[in-house]
Amino acid sequence: MPVNMIVCCKQVPDPEAPPSVFKVVNNKMTLPPDVKPVIGQYEEFALEAALKIKDTGGGKITALSLGNNFVRDVIKKALAVGSDELILLEDEAFEGGDSWSTANALAMAIKKIGEYDIIFCGRQSSDWDAGQVGLGIAEILGIPAVTLARKVEVVNGKVKVERVIPDGYQVVEVTLPALIIVTSGLGALRYATLKGIMAAAKKQPVIWKPADIGLEPSQIGAAGRHSKLDKLFQPVKEAKCEIIEGETPAEAGANLAVKLREGKLL
Amino acid sequence: MAEYKGILVCGELVDGKLASITTELLGCGRKLADDLKEDLSCLLASDAVGGASKEAIAFGADKVYAVEHPALKEYQADSYMQAAGKLAKEISPRIILIGQTSMGRDSAPRLAFSLGTSLTTDCLDLSIDPETKLLVQTRPVYGGNAQAIFTSEFMPQMATVRTKAMSPLERDDSRKGEVIPTKIDIDMSKVRAKILETVKEEAVGIKLEDAPVIVCGGRGIGGSEPFQTTLKELADLLHGAVGASRPPADNGWVSEALHIGLTGKIVAPDIYIAIAVSGASQHTAGCTGSKHIIAINKDPEANIFREAELGVVGKYEEVVPALTNKLKELLAG
Repeated sequence: MPVNMIVCCKQVPDPEAPPSVFKVVNNKMTLPPDVKPVIGQYEEFALEAALKIKDTGGGKITALSLGNNFVRDVIKKALAVGSDELILLEDEAFEGGDSWSTANALAMAIKKIGEYDIIFCGRQSSDWDAGQVGLGIAEILGIPAVTLARKVEVVNGKVKVERVIPDGYQVVEVTLPALIIVTSGLGALRYATLKGIMAAAKKQPVIWKPADIGLEPSQIGAAGRHSKLDKLFQPVKEAKCEIIEGETPAEAGANLAVKLREGKLL
Repeated sequence: MAEYKGILVCGELVDGKLASITTELLGCGRKLADDLKEDLSCLLASDAVGGASKEAIAFGADKVYAVEHPALKEYQADSYMQAAGKLAKEISPRIILIGQTSMGRDSAPRLAFSLGTSLTTDCLDLSIDPETKLLVQTRPVYGGNAQAIFTSEFMPQMATVRTKAMSPLERDDSRKGEVIPTKIDIDMSKVRAKILETVKEEAVGIKLEDAPVIVCGGRGIGGSEPFQTTLKELADLLHGAVGASRPPADNGWVSEALHIGLTGKIVAPDIYIAIAVSGASQHTAGCTGSKHIIAINKDPEANIFREAELGVVGKYEEVVPALTNKLKELLAG
């Protein structure tokens, strides 16, 4: 059965960048320009979950993102790997939001898209790590949500999900429309094919401004926050690691054993 | 507008007993409640709450709302939300504390959005601002590369708290408190996500969270086999458990149940031996509570050496067998 899917993706600073490049300046995270943004890792898994469903039963995938100053090549990866459409909520006014204002704006955009069976989100963004937006969208739209999915299938007009729990998993069945929040374990996002990259290059994203989704400036971005960011800081860590030496790595290993024993650690 | 008062801890039960996170939340909640001179309440929702109510009082609660319903036997969001949502509206607490656990991650954002308030997840520290009386919430962001402090004027103020970040009070069975059996009807027609099956994928041996020693392998291990041999041999010798950072779990070298980090398990053993682990912040977020961190990595610049107190620079294939053999000898003698 072909399904209409929406995948929420976020453009984030590459979380795999070395910790030393993350610097807080004036209460804001600043990264050197050579750290390229990426689509968040869990949103990549969410895209893959949607693509797998499209592979088997067909359907349409709309990628949806909120932010400002999107790097086109980065966000267009969603198209290159096989999404049919890309909608960007792109405006300066969307900047500085929190989980509340972001979920609200995305939910309004999803209402405007109108037709959907499954909305996919990642479990948490790779920058703020809050893990709230997906569930927030589901609450606002009044649809069921299943979190921490590692396998998603459409069976007889319902979604069947393997949901990760501590020390195992649950098989959960939910009626459509539903929002599914994806974790790892589903497989990495496929590579874009040359054909996909060329098609994506030709396709322009649809840009929606706040007014297009019926929101006032007071409801979005920094103005629409429910929580106030009082301070962003980096606790100072003093490196105090004692390196155990040896003529060879093996000797160093044996010396470590002696050290652990002498220090009564073991 | 309703008056918001008191602190509500949303508790969890494991095999009929209070989960350790709930004792930690009660410990933290007690302090906040004393600062505000208000009550600390605890919601326990299950098919049978039983003696856990008294336990919650012994760990610091003034009131326990015991909600019993067959649909609450296993956590299911649509059922649980009917119980937690109704209680939160009825008692209108100033602060709601929930564990950053499987259940908390799933339920807290739903509750916050349904109550129209804000939530700060995965807090490491909570306090009351002496002037504004608002809850000051500190949490790691950017995969642990920074921390952020939030407050909110929306009520109730909600936070989830990382496991092992707070200390429970000493259990005191002489503490007085009130158990309030609370009847809540759960409309099963509103349960939209059905759990068809729950499958346990228990790791054999010692549970990671309980292990006094953890031998953790990272991306540099290179495959699944060394986890079964080199790492396991060291872990077995020390009566510990084998864990992994995210790449081995993502690559399928080990089961997801062994994943230690921000999005995996949070552990705090006596000894944490990180082998071929680069030490990305999102991994160290899961092990910084360890008493002693020991790092083995061929890259002297690896971030893990910033977290460790002892380290060896070298290929793990050479270092670890020598470490294991020497320890075997020393522990025998």
